[in-house]
Amino acid sequence: MIDREQVRKVALLARLELTPQEEEQFTTQLSSILDYFEQLSELDVTDVPPTARAIEVKNVTRPDELQPYQERAAILSSAPEQEGEYFKVPQILNVEE
Amino acid sequence: MASIRELHQQLVSKERSAVEITQEALQHIAALEPKLHSFLSVTADTALAQAQAVDAKIAAGEEIGVLAGIPIGIKDNMCTKGIRTTCASKILENFVPPYESTVTQKLADAGTVMVGKTNLDEFAMGSSTENSAFQVTANPWDLERVPGGSSGGSAAAVAAQECVVALGSDTGGSIRQPASFCGVVGMKPTYGLVSRYGLVAFASSLDQIGPFGRTVEDAAILLGAIAGYDPKDSTSLKAEVPDYTQALKPDVKNLRIGIIKETFGEGLDPAVEQAITKAIEQLRDLGAEIQEISCPRFRYGLPTYYIIAPSEASANLARYDGVKYGFRTTDAENLLSMYNRTRAAGFGTEVKRRIMVGTYTLSAGYYDAYYLKAQKVRTLIKQDFEKAFANVDILVSPTVPTTAFKAGEKTDDPLSMYLTDLMTITVNLAGLPGISIPCGFDDKGLPIGLQLIGNVLREDLLFQVAYAYEQATEWHKHTPKLLI
Repeated sequence: MIDREQVRKVALLARLELTPQEEEQFTTQLSSILDYFEQLSELDVTDVPPTARAIEVKNVTRPDELQPYQERAAILSSAPEQEGEYFKVPQILNVEE
Repeated sequence: MASIRELHQQLVSKERSAVEITQEALQHIAALEPKLHSFLSVTADTALAQAQAVDAKIAAGEEIGVLAGIPIGIKDNMCTKGIRTTCASKILENFVPPYESTVTQKLADAGTVMVGKTNLDEFAMGSSTENSAFQVTANPWDLERVPGGSSGGSAAAVAAQECVVALGSDTGGSIRQPASFCGVVGMKPTYGLVSRYGLVAFASSLDQIGPFGRTVEDAAILLGAIAGYDPKDSTSLKAEVPDYTQALKPDVKNLRIGIIKETFGEGLDPAVEQAITKAIEQLRDLGAEIQEISCPRFRYGLPTYYIIAPSEASANLARYDGVKYGFRTTDAENLLSMYNRTRAAGFGTEVKRRIMVGTYTLSAGYYDAYYLKAQKVRTLIKQDFEKAFANVDILVSPTVPTTAFKAGEKTDDPLSMYLTDLMTITVNLAGLPGISIPCGFDDKGLPIGLQLIGNVLREDLLFQVAYAYEQATEWHKHTPKLLI
C-alpha cells in the first residue's frame, strides 16, 4: 500500500511535478502494482545471491587514452539554452527578498 | 517485397537497381502510412543516397555484400547521427544525435538502405505501441488492433512489407511479442551479443537489440551483420560471431526440445494453445525429441521484471533534465522547478508511472524488500533455465498468451497490459536468446507466434529449428489483406 503523501514524496525524488489527478491515479495504480509484487514473498531467498546482470562480464578495462572528439559544437548546440561554451540553466538559488 | 537473397540476386544480375528498389519501398510506405503509422520519420534522402552508393559500386564492378541495397527500418530509440531520434517521447521530440549507434553504423557499412525510423512505445515502455507520444501504429492484419510493442512500428513495417527487415529492441519481449502479433520473425539475441552503444537506455541489464524479418533467413542474415564485440559497450561479449546462415538446415533430428509446462494453462487463449500444440507435434514429426520441462519459478518473472526494469529505468531516465539536450519547459522560476516541470511535460503517463515505481522500489527503506529481492528471484529464474538446459537443447512456449488485442482495450489497466509479456520476460531476466516465428492464425485471421528459447549464445540452434519448422509450414507465406 502507498498513500498520497508517499506518492508526493516519490514524485519529488523523481523530479516529476504531478497534477492532482495524476497523484490520485498513481496512488491507486502504484498500490495495486505493489500488491502484485507481494507474491514474491512466497519465495524464501535468504541464501540466494542476487543477479545484477544475467551474463556477468567482469573487470572490463582498456588503456585510458585521450581521443579527440569532433562533435563538440554539435553537443553544445543540442542544449535548450547555451552561452558560449556553457550549458545555461535557470537560477539555482532563490534571491532573498 | 522479396527476401534479402532475392533482392541481392536482382541487384548483382542488374535486373533492378538499388535506387529502383528503394523508390518502390518509399512509394509503398507513402501509400500505406496513412493507415499504418509505422514510421515516425521516413528518411527518403538518406535512403536514396545510400542506394546510389550501392548502385555506384555495382556499376564499378565491385562486389557488394548481401545486405547492400536492402531497405531497412530502424526503431527510433537507436541514435542516428544527424537524423532525429525521438524514442516516441516529447522530451526528445527534436533531438538530433551528434553520434551514430554501433548497430546503425554496422548496417550503413554493410550498405543497407535506411528508409525510416519506426514507431515505439515511449522509451520502449509498453506492449502495444499505444504509448507513443506521436501516433498509434495499426496492426497490418487488422487495422483496429495493436501491432504489439514496444517495437510495434518495426514489426508492422516488416509485416506490411514497407521494408524488408527492421531492427527492434527487446527488454521484456519488445521484439518477440510484436513479431507474434504481426506474423513475422523476431529475435532477441543473448544479452551482450549485440552492442547497445547508441541504443537509448531503458533497463540496461535487460535491453538487447535484435532483428525482424519475414523469414528466418532474413533475420539470421541481419543478426550476423549487427552482432559482435564492441569496446564502446562494457557489457559486450567477446564472442566469435558464427555465420548464422550456415545453421539454416531443415533438420531437427535428435534435437531435444523441452515444452515449458508453466506456459500452458490459465489465461492461454485456446486458439494459441491449439496452434502451439500442433507446432510441437510437427517438430516431433520432423524428428525432434519432445519432453515436458518444469520451470517452477517462471511465474515470478513478471513481478520480478516489473521491479527490476522500472528501477533501472528510473535511474536511466534521470538524464532527461532539460539541461544538455531535449525539451525544456519555459515555465520555471528556478532549477528545481525547471527539472520538475520539464519532466512533467516531457514524459507520458506510462513512463511517469514506471519512474514512480522504480524510484519507490529503489528508495531508502524499500530497496531490500523490492529491488534486492527481485534480483534474488532473478537468480532462481536463471537456475530454472540452467536446470532445463541440462536436459534439452531448446525450449518452446507460446510467445504471447493471446493474439493482437484492440487498440484502447488495455490502456486503462497497466497490469493487464503487463501480462502480455508473461512468457517473454523470463528470457530477458536470464539473458538468453529467444525467437518468435509464425505458427498459425486464430479464427479472426490474427497471427500466432511460437517462441523458441536457447541457451547462452545458441542463436545458431534457434535459427536451425526455426528454419526447419518454417520450411515445413506455409505460415510465412501469408500476407495481410491490406496488401492484396
